[in-house]
Amino acid sequence: MTKRAKKTSSIIALAVIAALIVCVGQFVPRSGSQWSNLRTVLQLGVIYALVAVSMNLCNGFTGLFSLGQAGFMTLGAYAYAILTIPVADRPGVYYLYGVAGWLSNLHLPIVVALLVAGLMAAALAAIIGAPVLKLKSDYLAIATLGFAEVVRIVVASSPLNLITNGSLGLTKIPGFSSYYGIFIVAVVCIVIVVLLINSSYGRAFKAIRDDEIAAEAMGINLARHKQMSFIISSFFAGIGGALMAMYMGAVSSTTFTIAVTYFILLIVVIGGMGSITGSIISALLVIAAREWWLRPLDQAQYIGSFQVPLLKAGFRMVVFSIILMAVVLFFRKGIMGDKEFDWDVVANFFRRLFHGKKPKTPAVGGDAE
Amino acid sequence: MDTFLQNCLNGLSIGSIYALIAIGYTMVYGILRLINFAHGDIFMMAGYFMIICMTDLMIPWYISIIIVIAATIVLGVVIEKVAYKPLRDAPRMSIMISAIGVSYLLENLATYIFSAQPKSYPYDKMGFLSRRVTLGNISTTLVTFITPVLTVAIVLGLVVLIRKTKIGMAMRAVSRDFETSQLMGVRINAVISFTFVIGSGLAALGSVLYFIPRSSVYPLAGSLPGLKCFVAAVFGGIGSIPGALVGGFLIGLSETFVKGSATLSQFSDVITFLLLIVVLLVKPTGLFGEKIKEKV
Repeated sequence: MTKRAKKTSSIIALAVIAALIVCVGQFVPRSGSQWSNLRTVLQLGVIYALVAVSMNLCNGFTGLFSLGQAGFMTLGAYAYAILTIPVADRPGVYYLYGVAGWLSNLHLPIVVALLVAGLMAAALAAIIGAPVLKLKSDYLAIATLGFAEVVRIVVASSPLNLITNGSLGLTKIPGFSSYYGIFIVAVVCIVIVVLLINSSYGRAFKAIRDDEIAAEAMGINLARHKQMSFIISSFFAGIGGALMAMYMGAVSSTTFTIAVTYFILLIVVIGGMGSITGSIISALLVIAAREWWLRPLDQAQYIGSFQVPLLKAGFRMVVFSIILMAVVLFFRKGIMGDKEFDWDVVANFFRRLFHGKKPKTPAVGGDAE
Repeated sequence: MDTFLQNCLNGLSIGSIYALIAIGYTMVYGILRLINFAHGDIFMMAGYFMIICMTDLMIPWYISIIIVIAATIVLGVVIEKVAYKPLRDAPRMSIMISAIGVSYLLENLATYIFSAQPKSYPYDKMGFLSRRVTLGNISTTLVTFITPVLTVAIVLGLVVLIRKTKIGMAMRAVSRDFETSQLMGVRINAVISFTFVIGSGLAALGSVLYFIPRSSVYPLAGSLPGLKCFVAAVFGGIGSIPGALVGGFLIGLSETFVKGSATLSQFSDVITFLLLIVVLLVKPTGLFGEKIKEKV
């Protein structure tokens, strides 16, 4: 395919996807129909896509194995919630401890609060980044995991009762009035990450991932670029956390546990470490599987009078984690490997399908080793 | 003074349980260079095995403990064979991700089988282990006294095993250099399995000692203790078994004393992790760890 044809195809595909989302937003009923799940799956899917992309920026593109995502999401979610809960609702939300005086009338518009949420997460990343990023791969993982736990504990601790409502968590968090708000924010953020990755900074990140010593020899300032990748990744994780708080309408210190970080990491791995389109596709697929396609596994099912064994609450997550393990073990490169979506691959796929011709370029995906 | 002694005793006791689990981390890391994220969940599963044995099957506690240790060893070795062995030549990140996947699977499996509600641990049927003992003004269960003694004995035994026996020599060889030891005729798969046998067995023992004073098990019960034990292993110097013991004691004592003070009590885990960061920054190899040379 020529470059121009690819560009046209991409624009058409994006337009089709946007049209689909609009169709879902306009015509699918909020509840009742079996397609209603699609509404929530799409929203939750793009939120996870944003968080996965932000994790991929750090883990997949810069090679920093950070597991602090849940901590930054907690911070972002709380920052957003504290600044946007309607002033009239606050006495109700903070019914037990009361709300701090300076905070009781502080109220920001949604978009500004989202930015603040991101900036709070980025600020924390900047503070812990300097010491933590000196550590090597698995030590970095444990240290960031530890920090994420620390954030959760501090947020729920009693000295912050007047601000974070302690262990009770926050409710009545407002969201966009339109169904499309979350999509717009997430897409804008992902586009920013893509632009960053295609810039000279992005190339420096990849160089650090592939060979730190060689990258340093080429004149890349390791510490600065690592910091930058970590902070930007945390910024978008913070916004992702805020979107999640918006989506759920409530947040508490147990919303974003270590398991959430693991879940996001597995999304990134299934999509392919170092592929933005992979992360997006995988986030949508994984969320659709978890929230929709595998739902029937959680209820007892009958074929005639025969009750299908094993099906009860929680079975969905077991099947789901077995699928994840299978991907990790047998398709180590995930859906996209470290490549981005490419029309040639699609074209070759169809060519092979219909004409049995050999593809021009090797297909991506699957385990090539 | 009494509270001080009580804290010391509790700290030593919980610290030695941390040490038992930390040994599992440190040995696996020493050989495979892998943080076995599933180790904390193996520990949690051992807790559930005990509940099955004693509450559901009504087996006496002394036989139950043996069954639990055996079952946990099987679980640990199966995990190694299924999830880690196929990835032996893969980049280190892949195998770590696989460990995270196993941890996620075990937590979901436990939620599915045993539900997310805490299940009560048969702590009152543990024979003499759960008997209350009073020494002066200190009152505690007998298991609190036994734990540190048992742990020190096990650590001494392991040190002898690693220094003096053939399998210990093989383990040291494998941890030094995978390929060379294979060329020298060491059956590395057997050595790795043996490491997991010891690690899981000690995790099972630790789980029995840990849950008796705590009396309930839930699917996420292993994740935070698991992290703390890894901190203990790093603290003592990863790869070193006496280091794991010292690290476990230090983490256990500091945690108990912080919990004892009124103002800081809710931040005890925070302090544990801050300790980890400080250790990693000041002395990344831990107290007893060996320096690993970085190759270009």
